[in-house]
Amino acid sequence: MTKKFIGKRVKRNEDPRLLTGQALFVDDVEIPGMLHAAFLRSDYAHARLLSIDVSAARQRPGVVAVFTAEDMGEDWQPGPPLVSPPPTAKDVIFHSRRQVPLVKDKVRHAGEAIAVVIAESRYIAEDAVEDILVELEPLEAVSDLEKSLQEGSTLVHDDLESNLAAHLIQKKGDYEAAREKADLVITRRIVTDRGAAAAMENRGIVAHWDEKSQHLTVWDTTQAPIPIRNGLAARLGLSANQVRVIAPFVGGGFGPKMMMFYPEEMLIPWASMKLSRPIKWIEDRRENFYATTQERGQNHDVELALSRDGHILGLKDVFLHDTGAYDPYGLTIPLNTQCHLMGPYDIENFTSEVSVVFTNKTLVTPVRGAGRPQGIFIIERLLDIAAKELGIDQVEIRKRNLIPPEAFPYEHKIIDQAFAPLVLDSGNYWPVMKKALDMIGYDQFVKEEQPRLRAEGKYVGIGITPFIESTGVGPYEGARVTVEASGKVFVATGVGTQGQGHFTTFAQIVAEQLGVAVSDVRIVTGDTTEFHWGTGTFASRGAVVAGNAIHASASIVRQKVLKLACKILETPEEELELECGLVRVADTPHKSISLGELALLANPLRGAVEPGTEPGLEATAYFGPQYGATAFGTHAMIIEIDPETMMIAIKRYITVEDCGTVLNPLILEGQIHGGVSMGIGNAYYEKLHFDENGQLLNASFADYLIPSATEMPRIEVGHVETTSPLNELGTKGVGEAGTIPVPALFSQAIENALYNRELEILETPLSPNRLFELLVNEEKSR
Amino acid sequence: MKPAPFEYYAPTTIDEALSHLAEHGYDAKVLAGGQSLIPMMNFRLVQPSVLVDLNNIAELSYIHPDESGGLRLGAMTRHHQVEVDPLVAELAPLLHETMPKIATSQIRSRGTFGGSLSHADPSAELVSVSVALDGRFRLRGQNGERWVPANEFFIGLFTTLLEPDEILVEAALPSMPVRSGCSLMEVARRPHDFALVGVAAVVTLDENKLCQQARMVFLSAGDGPMVAHKAAESLKGQAPTLEAIRAAAEIAASEDIDPGSDIHATAEFRRHLANVLARRALEQAFERAADNK
Amino acid sequence: MQNSFNIAVTVNDTRYERAVEPRILLSDFLRHDLGLTGTHVGCEHGVCGACTILFDGQPARSCLVFAVQAHGHKITTVEGLGTIDNLHPIQEAFHEAHGLQCGFCTPGILTTIVPFLEQNPDPSEEEIREAISGNLCRCTGYQHIVDAVKLAAEKMRK
Repeated sequence: MTKKFIGKRVKRNEDPRLLTGQALFVDDVEIPGMLHAAFLRSDYAHARLLSIDVSAARQRPGVVAVFTAEDMGEDWQPGPPLVSPPPTAKDVIFHSRRQVPLVKDKVRHAGEAIAVVIAESRYIAEDAVEDILVELEPLEAVSDLEKSLQEGSTLVHDDLESNLAAHLIQKKGDYEAAREKADLVITRRIVTDRGAAAAMENRGIVAHWDEKSQHLTVWDTTQAPIPIRNGLAARLGLSANQVRVIAPFVGGGFGPKMMMFYPEEMLIPWASMKLSRPIKWIEDRRENFYATTQERGQNHDVELALSRDGHILGLKDVFLHDTGAYDPYGLTIPLNTQCHLMGPYDIENFTSEVSVVFTNKTLVTPVRGAGRPQGIFIIERLLDIAAKELGIDQVEIRKRNLIPPEAFPYEHKIIDQAFAPLVLDSGNYWPVMKKALDMIGYDQFVKEEQPRLRAEGKYVGIGITPFIESTGVGPYEGARVTVEASGKVFVATGVGTQGQGHFTTFAQIVAEQLGVAVSDVRIVTGDTTEFHWGTGTFASRGAVVAGNAIHASASIVRQKVLKLACKILETPEEELELECGLVRVADTPHKSISLGELALLANPLRGAVEPGTEPGLEATAYFGPQYGATAFGTHAMIIEIDPETMMIAIKRYITVEDCGTVLNPLILEGQIHGGVSMGIGNAYYEKLHFDENGQLLNASFADYLIPSATEMPRIEVGHVETTSPLNELGTKGVGEAGTIPVPALFSQAIENALYNRELEILETPLSPNRLFELLVNEEKSR
Repeated sequence: MKPAPFEYYAPTTIDEALSHLAEHGYDAKVLAGGQSLIPMMNFRLVQPSVLVDLNNIAELSYIHPDESGGLRLGAMTRHHQVEVDPLVAELAPLLHETMPKIATSQIRSRGTFGGSLSHADPSAELVSVSVALDGRFRLRGQNGERWVPANEFFIGLFTTLLEPDEILVEAALPSMPVRSGCSLMEVARRPHDFALVGVAAVVTLDENKLCQQARMVFLSAGDGPMVAHKAAESLKGQAPTLEAIRAAAEIAASEDIDPGSDIHATAEFRRHLANVLARRALEQAFERAADNK
Repeated sequence: MQNSFNIAVTVNDTRYERAVEPRILLSDFLRHDLGLTGTHVGCEHGVCGACTILFDGQPARSCLVFAVQAHGHKITTVEGLGTIDNLHPIQEAFHEAHGLQCGFCTPGILTTIVPFLEQNPDPSEEEIREAISGNLCRCTGYQHIVDAVKLAAEKMRK
């Protein structure tokens, strides 16, 4: 069936409000009598709290309250685990240590909150923070991953024997046997380091406890309003119906707004109840660098075993994963890394051993990519090294190892982030890669252009990197679709929205079923009063899981519409069509009735209703995938390097993406562009510099460099569609795709550009300074 | 990130401003464009108890030529005004070339010439450029005024000769002699960032096309604007061949500067960049000098 | 010590008279005193550009200006450009070219673009990128923003 709305470049429903400054963000909430919070945070990464004196702060005019851990009494509790620890499987170690609302005994990372001031204004609250006298005894900090596991290392959590937070081994086939047969075994140490998500909007919470109605309303920049509501109700001793959590317009999420609970997220509602006053806390950018979660620190010791013809016989990876001071997010990231270590390749023998490590650094939870970029970086780096050592073209060696189309669904025989077997549902990889090669003109560049440019003294390199992305994971989402008497359609779903265009793509899905204009579908996301079942927006799952739930609900409403219209128009259902907000008889279009009229008729004020029928044209449905859908893509890039200054210029950038059914190409392209820009940041600009004391040295946008318009190339986007068999729409997620292969691609292209140097890049992120150091080392080692 | 409280004065004349400064001494801070001061106040890294705001002093904002063909800039002239001023383009091409490289348009619309100089950030372009151009600054206090050459004004990291009760009110930039050429070269992570290293070069050829003077002033290469004295000496009287330029760049990078290490660049990388940029800047400046008969 | 100053500011052609403490940032004044919450605050140290407003027609960071300094000046915020039913051509172009995602940085970009297109009605892609380089966006990778500015320039030349 040709589609009328799905797959079209529809302009976004949400834009006019955003473009005119009329969209509500959390910091825009103003309530009479509202108070403002500011936090005292630790300057030390590791310290014992000896004493705290808040008396001067309490006396400052305009200060309403100051709370410490002591003041919270019984209400002081570590946060709940966000992702359950792995089920007790053989040989799995997992020590759950969750973040605390305010430091009670010792500080475990710089920026950890020690006290909160509630005052008439944020300015006064910050003044009062400076009035607090706090005595901290600095302790040796654990910053380096390897050192933290050494015998005798200072402990982040004193009750544990070591800084090991978790340990897990996954095996498939027999790596050791494969290694025996190999013609080539590559052994390397590969390191990835931390970055920030750096959404343009910092976090924020407004909590309003209304004593008279006994009702708590919370505006929160969360990606997961429903779990926040449920968790708040449980912790605060309220019924879930007494708590409404609203995630209004949110200025970018990228993962860290999915942490539950941030200490502030529990404290501000708690304080609002204590004081019976509305309270606002808006994170500032400095706090964001210390208190919002981060990602990507891992050390890998890897081995790749290959045959002479470049076939991968096996992969072994022993790695350390930095979880920061606490581990509420369980094993999600390292499991994602393990699930992407084999990339899009058919690898029969695999061993991966991960040790998750506590450090005195900010907590680690998923950031766009969530462990996947690390896995892809490892395998792609190893393949580049193998290609060089075996004298095989870098494209050819990949082609030889891709999972063939007939192998899907491809069972990987390891477990994924949901502790379920990792299965790649569908795919046809080579045509995607081929398209990227064609778009960038690979052969022509390598054979003609590159030699010519090199002869001119230019350092130009090409890279081509395929990757997979596990997306659209469960458990489920739901939606309620209602045709209103106006003929417009109202949709409520539980996920939050942070710029992905849900108000448009979801409307397209509904319009497809009900034949209304996309602009006549009003979507509400992230308001627990409107819909209170669901989990949240993460793991590139919004369009897949919530999208299919909306599709399911809209399909049921369509059946209800047809059933009722068939009676009223006295025409069999098969002869009816839904077009332009009407139900009409296909070959007699003047014989019709509007959806609005039908909605009225479906909800009569008088008269007998047939037993067993439901009022209105409304349906609620849920969708839970059997397992996650796996997308595939390939990025290609031509880069020029000034080998004297290490400054780069990206000459071409190509992405080809297969994310199944495309809902809206305009929005899809935007998602990819944004992902690539974060990937470019990860590859060459962004790095959180922690010193050996766990101090962050670049906690500002002047020193943490996110790409601006002048660093970004124009990105050419190609599509291939292999629909997923796991859901009716055939969609796969794409939100994180743009980010995943970029560091691997950069390394490849930079090595290729600096063709006359023996450069081997085994780390990400890079920077001009680091590249210079690598080249100096290369020169010394010659 | 909200600033601590302060006492605020917004005088409309220089005299009035000076009397506030005289009264409050070290407690007071002058607010010019505020594009460096206010971020530091928002981070509460500085908490002046008194701010004397110069933004309402109309007499401090001007660009005009002086008798000797040079340029006079009032301290409160905004970067944006300097950037688009045709007189600047004509009389001070190096300055004209420099302006768009300072931060972003939103900063240049507020930031001021005198503010940038008084702040004395060793990474600031105007600091090094004003030294390279042999500028002079007029400082005024309640007891009178004095002229200070740019190369004596900057005495260390964020430190100048300004007394707490003085204001830098004007900068004078002399005209460039004939057969002169200039260049500003920078390497920055993103174009609008502070440069990892930069260099402003001004060279003059004599009638025989030999180097009469070559002044290079580096930014982000030490505690202040770093003048490459030894490199200048090595070029004096030389034909500006590529060899001579290379040698001078090498001297500048290894002997004339004193860069530090930070998260963006090690001292070693900065010296390397200084060498590359010095060579490129000298090449461009000499080329321009040869054209500038 | 005088803790409160009476100021008169014209914002989007409306004159407002208010008493302010001198340390109040213009961004906070616009958002919380005047309720013009379209101007967003992303870093409060002058880098991200989300809080860009027009100060006497020039783009400026409202987090790096004290409200008291706006006395007697003319400010334009995103609310002064167009309305939902009557979008400014630049806003229209951003809608058509998908020049925004989460929309948080958008107001600062729109205000930056207004004087840019006045001074440069037919800019090249490079000039556009340079013009918006003081506005960080984490969602779009800037490409659709660049396209939107080009489209806006076309619309405004007509």
